[in-house]
Amino acid sequence: MSDEEDDIILSELDDEELVQQMFDDLYDGLKEEIEEGVNILLERGWQPYQVLTEALVGGMTIVGKDFRDGILFVPEVLLAANAMKGGMAILKPLLAETGAPRVGKMVIGTVKGDIHDIGKNLVSMMMEGAGFEVVDLGINNPVENYLEALETEEPDILGMSALLTTTMPYMKVVIDTLIEQGKRDDYVVLVGGAPLNEEFGRAIGADAYCRDAAVAVETAKDFMSRKHNKLAAG
Amino acid sequence: MTNALTKLLATRDWILADGATGTNLFNMGLESGDAPEMWNDEHPDRIALLYKQAVDAGSDLFLTNSFGGNAARLKLHGAQKRARELSRISAEIGRSVADRYDRPVIVAGSVGPTGEIMAPMGALTHELAVEIFHEQAEGLKEGGADVLWLETISAQEEYKAAAEAFKLADMPWCGTMSFDTAGRTMMGLTSADMATMVEKLGNPPLAFGANCGVGASDLLRTVLGFVAQGSERPIIAKGNAGIPKYHDGHIHYDGTPELMADYAVLARDAGATIIGGCCGTMPEHLSKMRAALEERPKGPRPTLDQITDALGAFSSAADGTGDDVPAPRRTRRRRA
Repeated sequence: MSDEEDDIILSELDDEELVQQMFDDLYDGLKEEIEEGVNILLERGWQPYQVLTEALVGGMTIVGKDFRDGILFVPEVLLAANAMKGGMAILKPLLAETGAPRVGKMVIGTVKGDIHDIGKNLVSMMMEGAGFEVVDLGINNPVENYLEALETEEPDILGMSALLTTTMPYMKVVIDTLIEQGKRDDYVVLVGGAPLNEEFGRAIGADAYCRDAAVAVETAKDFMSRKHNKLAAG
Repeated sequence: MTNALTKLLATRDWILADGATGTNLFNMGLESGDAPEMWNDEHPDRIALLYKQAVDAGSDLFLTNSFGGNAARLKLHGAQKRARELSRISAEIGRSVADRYDRPVIVAGSVGPTGEIMAPMGALTHELAVEIFHEQAEGLKEGGADVLWLETISAQEEYKAAAEAFKLADMPWCGTMSFDTAGRTMMGLTSADMATMVEKLGNPPLAFGANCGVGASDLLRTVLGFVAQGSERPIIAKGNAGIPKYHDGHIHYDGTPELMADYAVLARDAGATIIGGCCGTMPEHLSKMRAALEERPKGPRPTLDQITDALGAFSSAADGTGDDVPAPRRTRRRRA
């Protein structure tokens, strides 16, 4: 780090400048700076939920867009997500205490027979970066695992990942089981993975196919706002 | 030190490598989710058939059934202790098939990625990655592989760890990466980055290149990216037979044998020396590729337009090389 950069004293910035600076620091994956920024905003009387949505989620949205556009790649996103995590660790207990609204909750896992998880992990991190609560079931999940997690976690969204052309049809098994049990409409089902495409997502009855982690976040937000609107209207 | 691959390269303008391993094994009844490497032990006859089909279709070189045969991948099947053994058997079967032919056939010991993200971003340290690759390399060497063949790598740290491990095993090697994200590897490496990185290695590969990814067009754009760096090192092109499509409950790759024949010729004309397929590439594709390489005279280096005209559109507008590289949007601002 150069001397010039050391010259930035976060506590001397006004709120607006500080949030902008935190966007940059998230982009650069600077965990300590993000933790410091979060603490300063809290000391200044910001609500934990406001810090989350305006500073952290705002910054991660920029990271997500540049990932989607092929400007940032996996290493940069992992660093940014790690910095975000530092900030979240401070906010999490406070959010629970203050009864902040929930952005949304997702259960995610790679389907049975498939052991790939880098893509799924990226989606988890980016979803957390967007303020979602994520329950990660890991790899190689039979339909029973999904059903059990949906029962106990009561998420808004079910995410499934597959990286093999031979395992992607299993997503349909899970969706068909949900239909059989009359639970399909209780969840938004998002699917993703390298060999998938939109046509496939439609063919198996998912709500959406997500090309990458950034698109997954955008799609999840979109469905959550539709859900809120529906609740408000209903 | 001479090895079978270097000898063959000295006598030929191009070498036909093999096609898919997974796609072929699934057609033989491998269940999705099972580790293909278990079949080295359980169904050696089927693995021998897999190799034989490639050579009979015209391949000069085939990869062993050991792609996921490292301890990190086998751990997911509770078989991490069998990495060396299963790799050894895959090469032994390969040796016995290759030696039946009266022309030189190269047994290339496949080494796939660990599937882990390397430190500092992830948990896998350089030392541990070297150890994992070294163990598999020793197994493939014991089994009689002519060369080691690193493939589908996305992080340069992992490529470097493998290079170091192969030096420990004292084996010649080749290594390809998979360029599947906007023309770059998942970790953001461009074709130009890879060509530069390879020349800086203490133990460089005999040949380097690209495999898998997203379709034949993208792969050739990557090859042109390597060539533009002016490397003298032989270049490998192992692209998928098109793109997987979902039809009536099953998946198939949309690249026809004719398309792969065009791809093979364009790959050679673009500057690749070792040419083969990857996912979806079956023996019938390889036969057409062989025939095309033998029958069609070498042409001028194709342009990007000629590639897309013959093989279809690229998956992204740019691949991160040349002038039109999107720059990171933000960096830490400084106070004036």
